[in-house]
Amino acid sequence: MAETPAVETFDLTRRFGDVVAVDRLDLTIEHGVFFGLLGSNGAGKSTTIKMLTTLLPPTSGRARVVGFDVARQAREVRAHIGYVPQMVSADAQLTGRENLLMFAKLYDVPRAERAARASEALAFMGLTDVGERLVRTYSGGMIRRLEVAQALLHRPAVVFLDEPTVGLDPVAKRAVWEKLRDLRARFGTTVLLTTHDMEEAEALCGRIAIMHHGRIVALGTPAELEAEVGPDATMDDVFVHFTGGAVDEGGTYREVARTRRAAQRLG
Amino acid sequence: MKEARIVRSLAHAAPRNASASFARYTLAVAEVEVRKLARDPTEVFTRSVQPALWLLVFGQVFGRLRAIPTGAMRYIDFMAPGVLAQSVLFTAIFYGIAVIWERDLGLLHKMLVTPAYRGALVLGKAASASARTVAQTVLIYAIALALGVHLSFRVGSLAVVLLAVVLGSAVFSTFSLVVACVVKTRERFMGIGQVLTMPLFFASNAIYPIDMMPGWLKIVARLNPLTYLVDLLRSFMVVGGTSAFGVGTDLAVQLVALVALVLVASKLYPSVAA
Repeated sequence: MAETPAVETFDLTRRFGDVVAVDRLDLTIEHGVFFGLLGSNGAGKSTTIKMLTTLLPPTSGRARVVGFDVARQAREVRAHIGYVPQMVSADAQLTGRENLLMFAKLYDVPRAERAARASEALAFMGLTDVGERLVRTYSGGMIRRLEVAQALLHRPAVVFLDEPTVGLDPVAKRAVWEKLRDLRARFGTTVLLTTHDMEEAEALCGRIAIMHHGRIVALGTPAELEAEVGPDATMDDVFVHFTGGAVDEGGTYREVARTRRAAQRLG
Repeated sequence: MKEARIVRSLAHAAPRNASASFARYTLAVAEVEVRKLARDPTEVFTRSVQPALWLLVFGQVFGRLRAIPTGAMRYIDFMAPGVLAQSVLFTAIFYGIAVIWERDLGLLHKMLVTPAYRGALVLGKAASASARTVAQTVLIYAIALALGVHLSFRVGSLAVVLLAVVLGSAVFSTFSLVVACVVKTRERFMGIGQVLTMPLFFASNAIYPIDMMPGWLKIVARLNPLTYLVDLLRSFMVVGGTSAFGVGTDLAVQLVALVALVLVASKLYPSVAA
């Protein structure tokens, strides 16, 4: 199993009517890599993540996650991955621990281990002191860390994070980054995150793919990409170079509304 | 290899028994609803105001008028099971909005990316709705008792009423979930919910016997699952209540409707997150 890449896609395509959201994507992510998928709103990042997490069936092409086909072996894929959606995915009317215990059951964690796993996840994310408090009373950064904790209960091989720090203040953002780094260092977990925060991409990601109009237009380490653009290029320059536009360009009304809502809830 | 170890460590967590897993997923979803309900039971009380008014105002006035032929039964005894069924319907029919709410939040996406069977997630939602209506049933019994309804407190009768409430809520909340999966937005859902409740209620035997209806409405009422829920409740909730269709038919209608709706909802549920 170690020889199979964490994520592989072959000609992966998704259309919505006439719009091609993801266009014949070929992508390989090796185990243990911290992989960043960058792009403007509407570049196809979220659609790619939704296909890889089995939420959305591909129109054509194939994708395998930890060796399992996302269309034909969806349940096996789900057992081996963790997912943190962009939107708020913790239940505000439950305590942090209750949120974790529910997901431990949905993730088939054996009964005897559930309480210990929940405590471990709370401790790992620095939430031990607030575990018995209702999530309603949490700060934005605490909610995000709880959501990451929820996605780690079953010790997944690959974790997908969709815009993990959108709407967080710089301090909370750094706290989330630190936990994500710990995750890879301690468990060797493969992480795929989408972001349009260039600072985040540079701070976390060992490899970066830039998506534009449903295709990957650049792929490499942050240093390689910068070198390709010019001697003093920053990640922002890299982004403009490959996509021909600024980071926040694009996005439909619905996407913008959703991002703002998520930001508002976390803020 | 580090990653190989992680992948292997999951093997023990793989489900061994599908039906035990199905039950566990369902209970996990329903359990959090019970916790929330216990933490904030306000809604159970506010939702019992309407049935109280129906029994108090409608029941008293029409009981005095004697406009509705209910045979040997007093009108208030006749309508009390109908009001309980109404309370089940009105609570459950709006339950599907939870899925739209959870979709907007992202909770739905996260639940769909677990190995839990989609059918179990749907049935868990149905069980959550049932937990709410069972709590309301206790209050409605208290109100009905205060108004002098001849309630039956035999253990067997209470057990059947409980089963009927659980099944009825599951049926209508899953129907609601199907509607939510189709319309996908809160505004459209609320509109459709409003349009559905009154016809379902009035085209049933809840507050008058089917015999009183014109021919076309009789047909509609016979196709309405609420009619069979009312019939079941009427045979067990009050002293001297009788069933028009037979308890077996009443239960079979609820079960068949539930299974069919859960199957449809399981297919539609994932599309809400897409």
